[in-house]
Amino acid sequence: MLRIRRKFTPYLFLFIPVAIYLIWVIAPMGYTFYLSLTDWDGISSPSFIGLENYEKLFRDKVFYLSLTNNLKWLVTFITVPVVLGLGLAMALNETIPGEKFFKMSFYMPMVLAMVVSGLIWGWLYHPRGGLINFVLETAHIVEKGPGWLSNRDIVLWSIIIVAIWRQVGYVMVLYLAGLKSINPQLLEAAHVDGASGWRTFWSIILPLLTPVTVIVLVISVIDSLRAFDLVSVMTRGGPANASSVLANFMYIEAFNNYKMGYGAAIAVILFLLSLAFIILYLYRVMQDEMEY
Amino acid sequence: MKKGYFRSPWRVLVYVILVLSTFLWLVPIFTALITSVRTYDDILTNGFFSLPERITLQNFATAWNRGGLNRYLPNSFIITLPSLFLTLLLSSFGAYALARFRFKGNRLFFYTFVGGMLLPFQVLLLPVFRLTDALGLYDTYWGLIGIHTAFQLGFCTFMLRNYMRTVPGEIIEAARMDGCTELGIWGRIMLPLTLPAIAAVATLEFTWIFNDYLWAIVLLRSDQLKPITAGLATLQGQYVTDWPVIVAGALVGTLPTLLVFLFLQRYFIEGLTLGSTK
Repeated sequence: MLRIRRKFTPYLFLFIPVAIYLIWVIAPMGYTFYLSLTDWDGISSPSFIGLENYEKLFRDKVFYLSLTNNLKWLVTFITVPVVLGLGLAMALNETIPGEKFFKMSFYMPMVLAMVVSGLIWGWLYHPRGGLINFVLETAHIVEKGPGWLSNRDIVLWSIIIVAIWRQVGYVMVLYLAGLKSINPQLLEAAHVDGASGWRTFWSIILPLLTPVTVIVLVISVIDSLRAFDLVSVMTRGGPANASSVLANFMYIEAFNNYKMGYGAAIAVILFLLSLAFIILYLYRVMQDEMEY
Repeated sequence: MKKGYFRSPWRVLVYVILVLSTFLWLVPIFTALITSVRTYDDILTNGFFSLPERITLQNFATAWNRGGLNRYLPNSFIITLPSLFLTLLLSSFGAYALARFRFKGNRLFFYTFVGGMLLPFQVLLLPVFRLTDALGLYDTYWGLIGIHTAFQLGFCTFMLRNYMRTVPGEIIEAARMDGCTELGIWGRIMLPLTLPAIAAVATLEFTWIFNDYLWAIVLLRSDQLKPITAGLATLQGQYVTDWPVIVAGALVGTLPTLLVFLFLQRYFIEGLTLGSTK
């Protein structure tokens, strides 16, 4: 009797959370695939149209523009904040005057809502009265500052800078934790053998940080594909789609233009782009399980 | 041997770079603080670095009363706190089963939770919109609470399950011998021993749910129900030419998460690193 009870116990504990997760997260994922094959306006019931949405998507200029912007965002995200975050972690991984203040300053942007960051930076970027152009013009670096959010060539980068501003602290936290787990005796040994600080970093510290780096890269990729809030608040993808990203493109097609089937197709593409990295992350977790 | 931190010119250089970049990082915050207590005319006519003609709290009052923050901010708590409670409660159930029992499908459930937490929201947007509508929860607090509770189960279960695995098995066996029920073990042994992890996850989840914007604009229509994030976007549209009001609103909107961070910083940081290193 007791054995049978024990056999069912885990299922009883899991039943509600798993049911909720299946209904709200896992099943919807599959349903999006189905919706992407339909012509749905959000009111009438979806009618099956095969791959038409995808055919349209692959001819849509805004799609390629958004995809390119996502890729620019992604490449920037796996380089700039990672290098900055690692550099800061190296600098702050020892007792240093004002350590707490430094860390707090870099952590802070992480806590702010994206919407809040977007609004504050929107004001910094403001062509008239905004701090950045005011400084540039007052110091006579340029006669008239650029329209940071209205110039098609720079608008995306203006937004990515805000994302980097947020991301660096996060990368730093992860690397600081990684650095703490390195055995100090290894570094001591390198020092005794006469290795320079630079050499120690490249041949001992960085290789030992590989597991952290994998996580950092996966999270950076996922975050760059999720990018929505900043774009939505700062430019809505404009001007003329110059700062559009897939997540934003999908939202506008589905909820502003009521082309929900089309939106679902964009969502599927976004999912397929993240899939490789989700699998990479799962693989890392599985490896940990094997060692356990 | 040790001569303090500044023992080489290299160190001094690193320190100078640190100070400069920290300053750069804080510029947006300071700019927002200074802007929020000045009038727009004052900034435009006298320039940003002039001494303010006068310090005013009028921008905060405008954002709070006429801008609707007095509704939006309570709404954020009404949505965040139940979501936080439910997701922690349910994930601690699931995590206990996954951490302490051997059974068919254990790993499969676990990997499903982990994989789900990394999904781009867009892939859930339309079906959850439809589901929420079908349940009659569109444009209610509960629609948002539903998706937040469900989606955050992935991260919470992942973190709590890994932590619960480190609890020594002898304690649980001893309790079983003494005739403690499984629910009793969960409540009287597992939960208290998992408290550090729960605190870390809760701190992090509070800021995530509180700062959500996308779900709020998808699942809500009424202005009366909007949380602060969606409310600030509305405020931006309303006061499009009055930046001090918008910035003052943004500062008010970020105050709760900022306070949580300042007072629970240790847990916040622990939460972020729980999953990355063993």
